[in-house]
Amino acid sequence: MIQHLLDGILVGAVLSLGAAGLTMVMHMLRFANFSHAELLSIGAYSALVFDALFKGISPVLAAQIGLLSMTGALALSMVFSMVITGISAVIFDKLIFRRVRERGEELSMVFASFGLALIIRNAIGLIFGLQTKLYSQDIVFATVLSRDPLVLVKPDQMATLGITLAIILLLHLNLSRTTFGYALRAVAENPSLAQVNGINLQRMIVVVWVLGGGLAALAGVFYGLNNQITPVIGRDLVLPIFAATIVGGIGSIYGALLGGFVVGIAANLAVMVLPSGYSPSIPFLIIIAVLLIRPNGLFGEERT
Amino acid sequence: MPDIALDVQHVTAGYVPDLPILHDVSIQVVRGTVTVIIGPNGAGKSTLVKAVAGLLPVSSGTILQGVDDITNIRPDQMAAHGIAYVPQSDNIFRNLTIGQNLDLALRREKVDKAARRAELLVQFPVLADKLTEKAGALSGGQRQFLAVAMALATRPQLILMDEPSAGLAPKAAEEVLEMARALTETGTTILLVEQNVNQALRLADQCYILAEGRNQIDGKATDLLGNSVVADIYLGGKRMRAGA
Repeated sequence: MIQHLLDGILVGAVLSLGAAGLTMVMHMLRFANFSHAELLSIGAYSALVFDALFKGISPVLAAQIGLLSMTGALALSMVFSMVITGISAVIFDKLIFRRVRERGEELSMVFASFGLALIIRNAIGLIFGLQTKLYSQDIVFATVLSRDPLVLVKPDQMATLGITLAIILLLHLNLSRTTFGYALRAVAENPSLAQVNGINLQRMIVVVWVLGGGLAALAGVFYGLNNQITPVIGRDLVLPIFAATIVGGIGSIYGALLGGFVVGIAANLAVMVLPSGYSPSIPFLIIIAVLLIRPNGLFGEERT
Repeated sequence: MPDIALDVQHVTAGYVPDLPILHDVSIQVVRGTVTVIIGPNGAGKSTLVKAVAGLLPVSSGTILQGVDDITNIRPDQMAAHGIAYVPQSDNIFRNLTIGQNLDLALRREKVDKAARRAELLVQFPVLADKLTEKAGALSGGQRQFLAVAMALATRPQLILMDEPSAGLAPKAAEEVLEMARALTETGTTILLVEQNVNQALRLADQCYILAEGRNQIDGKATDLLGNSVVADIYLGGKRMRAGA
């Protein structure tokens, strides 16, 4: 039970970061972006490329950090992959979503995002191959937190959780203390009033894509670190991330962060009562339950 | 020659370029006065202020602010031109606190944000003790005060107000309109859309009547107050043709 809960929290951390970016984009641009989870793949694979590059450049960077399997090179790669993924998200918007948006077709945006997801997924498969990859081949032993009941945790998982919580705190401080954060929330609530108050909407759209892409990249690297890197990360995570967004209430960044943990924990606890093959259905059930009982989610904010 | 703060010349505009709501509308707003636009529902009053604010595309005509051409201005650049716009509804951010709403509006204030914030709170004491409350919890009248306080944050020369008294209790409506009047004493120019004709005409200096997206009558507000044609338009009686 405790082991499942712990695993759920760790999966939840990855989902939270993915859902926070998705909810911002969905709320601001008013469309369900099914290609968001592919940004996790872009993040995971671009970190893989940078990691190899940095390890080659400096042997110091190739050394592991403490007990982690993560190396200095990977930590640095994480930052670079956030930038690359953020920029990719802006490019996708400029090339595809903005053009569809200017014609005012919201449903077309959703279909365009499906198409883009397929293109990204297959392009990654084409470039990197379909076989799974790992950031590190080294075996890292799990730390035994408790023997009875047996609870194991890997140092990488603790680092993932720690960094995620730090990012959540940073996001919170930004949203609740800075005028930039207010502007972000203002645009999400009422874009035209935000403009009237001197906020440049086009610039904010770019900021939201960069931010969403950056968080997705981080989630992708964490997923790759704790599982493995495959071209179908996006396909596997798109539904849990949507479920997290819907649980939290579309537009609520806090809701998405919490929703990630709710979905992660629920899916892992469900394994105790359901055959593990049914585990992927849990996010579906959560989406249906939330839409039936509380359609605005836990923290659904009013929007105009 | 009066000092013209805003000169709308032969403007045709609408939500969609092919379907104009305003046809060849012209108005002039004298600096430091209240100009009111009245007209029946669907006359294009709100469309006019939105077009001035850059929220709707102007397909022909010119909008001048002094000598600057501000036709099709980007709404987020209005503040830089010294123009503020108070929408009719949804004019505050409900999910932000009152203090956060004000700070957002003060973002562009370069000189001394804290001093300006304090000034606004003296001007709107009703907001001062609710700074940490969500703006969505305010009453209708208080919301209008917050919206106006936000508009005033960057000391605009011209304020466009779209039916600030709509949906308010009579007393609150009167307070909001009186406040608009009071703002002109410091040299601010007000362009006001109002449905409350009697109250608006008493308060305003100049009045324009629109119907069916066209200019109908204009003149000094006090002259129009006793005009039977004004009542006709409002009571749905005979409509004046353009240019009459």
